[in-house]
Amino acid sequence: MGASIPSQAVHMRRTRGFRLQDIEGWFFISPWLLGFLLFGVVPFFASLYLSFTKYELLGMPQWIGLRNYERLFFKDPRFWISLKVTLYYSVLAVPSGLVIAFVLALFLNAPIRARAFFRTMFYLPSVTAGVATAYLWAYLLNPKNGLVNTLLGLIGIEGPGWFFSRQWAIPALVLMSWWGVGGTVVIYLAGLQAVPQHLYEAAEIDGAGALAKLWHVTIPMMSPTIFFTMVMGVIGSFQMFTTAYVVTNGGPADATLFYILYLFRHAFQNFNMGYASALAWVLFVIVLVITLAQLKLSGRWVYYES
Amino acid sequence: MRAEPSVWVGARQRNLARAVPWAFWKSRNLARKISLGFIYLVLIAGSIAFALPFLWMISTSLKTRMEAVMFPPKWIPYPPHLDAYERMWLTFPFFRFLENTAFITFTSMIGYLFTSTLVGFGFARTNFKGRDFLFVVLLSTMMLPPQVTMIPIFIIFRRLGWINTYYPLIVPAFIGGSPFFIFLMRQYIMTLPRELDDAARIDGCNSFRIYWNILMPLCKPAIATVAVFAFVSGWNDFMGPLIYLQTPEKMTIAVGLRLFVGQFSTDLPAMMAGSFVTVLPLIVTFFLAQNYFVQGIALTGLKQ
Repeated sequence: MGASIPSQAVHMRRTRGFRLQDIEGWFFISPWLLGFLLFGVVPFFASLYLSFTKYELLGMPQWIGLRNYERLFFKDPRFWISLKVTLYYSVLAVPSGLVIAFVLALFLNAPIRARAFFRTMFYLPSVTAGVATAYLWAYLLNPKNGLVNTLLGLIGIEGPGWFFSRQWAIPALVLMSWWGVGGTVVIYLAGLQAVPQHLYEAAEIDGAGALAKLWHVTIPMMSPTIFFTMVMGVIGSFQMFTTAYVVTNGGPADATLFYILYLFRHAFQNFNMGYASALAWVLFVIVLVITLAQLKLSGRWVYYES
Repeated sequence: MRAEPSVWVGARQRNLARAVPWAFWKSRNLARKISLGFIYLVLIAGSIAFALPFLWMISTSLKTRMEAVMFPPKWIPYPPHLDAYERMWLTFPFFRFLENTAFITFTSMIGYLFTSTLVGFGFARTNFKGRDFLFVVLLSTMMLPPQVTMIPIFIIFRRLGWINTYYPLIVPAFIGGSPFFIFLMRQYIMTLPRELDDAARIDGCNSFRIYWNILMPLCKPAIATVAVFAFVSGWNDFMGPLIYLQTPEKMTIAVGLRLFVGQFSTDLPAMMAGSFVTVLPLIVTFFLAQNYFVQGIALTGLKQ
């Protein structure tokens, strides 16, 4: 390749106030931009509008002001239950999942044989997550003839009722979520392999042991990755739907009434589109606040190079 | 509504993997051997635990109904019975479900490839007014819970008469696409040398030809990655088909399986046979395209 010519210079032609590259740029991104407007911006504000209306898909939306929000916050105990269930799951599943993924990635990054094999074993389940594996787990966690309780029985522990028990239904879902940590393991493994070797060498010269290196080199260098997976993990945990819908359908006694499940029932079973939109907007605000809070707190522990 | 892949993909990872593997574990000899032994123990136990559910699913699907509820459990059904698969095929149009799912998945995959390459190229290689702002907008839509826009989108599609058609599941892949896939493709294109574009431009290529003739052939790994992720998320998609498809002959395997289980809730082998048939294409794809799932995971941009 000859001398490199800055692309700006090649690009300097002007046509009627617009530069050619402006037109080109907008042309290339237009498939996204169009969809963003049609299926993003318009529905975003439409659902805000709908949240102030009563709309059951027949006739026109009827403006009712703040009545949906009033009902939601003050007259709907199940809204609070669904919020509690979702937060409880999120608090249990996200940190534990990140720790498990981090430990597995750390171990996979050790000088071991068959790394690719182990990685495959951990990663595969996260690719198959869906209805089929939800049914698989419903069967594995069946209190009577499920594999998990059978194995627990072999070592003399009487397994809990899992999806049939109010206390154990959420832990059962957390257990299931651990099976899907493989994606995070692979992200962490890539992150670990990108930590510069010379930092470890410098730490060794300073007399750091394995734990000190983990604490002072690995974790700070990995903190942006950990932060990213944490934010996405929390957002993902708020999306919990499939398993709760097909396996427990919110039960027993609303113990797995996840927020999205509750929203889904209002929107697509009762066709309360106005009320469901209010639920959606409250969810949006909650997710936004949690994400911003994490971002704010991240300054204290996330390390960015340069 | 689709489960987005939880993984970033790009280039360059191969070199890194070779360069730095295990600095963290360099310690003194005995301690090192002990810790390695412990690591193997955890990894082996872990992989057994991760594989067991699949093995149990296959094993159960080959049992008779009696064997499935036997205590203590039979680990390997001998002789294996294929009756459960027969019951499954005979009572439910599974082949139809698979066909529908494949159609939706592949068509929307083409859509995702179309949008991600074009838009990714636009963000990576053209320098237009408002680009950086729009890129931030694109990234922030990844954080938006899809439920916020789900209801008006449903109302729009309903007005268009698209309920119980595949349009709601396919059209958004072509118009809009996925911010994840666009981001991924943009990050990949950023790693390709700009000199390629400049040289081609001097030779008289316009931007579209640079996109199509110069860069796309170099983007094959990223294209394959988007393709496999689009395949997996399309195959697993549950809420979309649940909301938009109504009649059994239109249904995908994910929602079809639910109907099936509703009728066969006591027939564990048939239930597991159905589940196995559902995940089998994913497992096969995973093993065939594992490199694209894993190798490319180069967090390009994760640190920015």
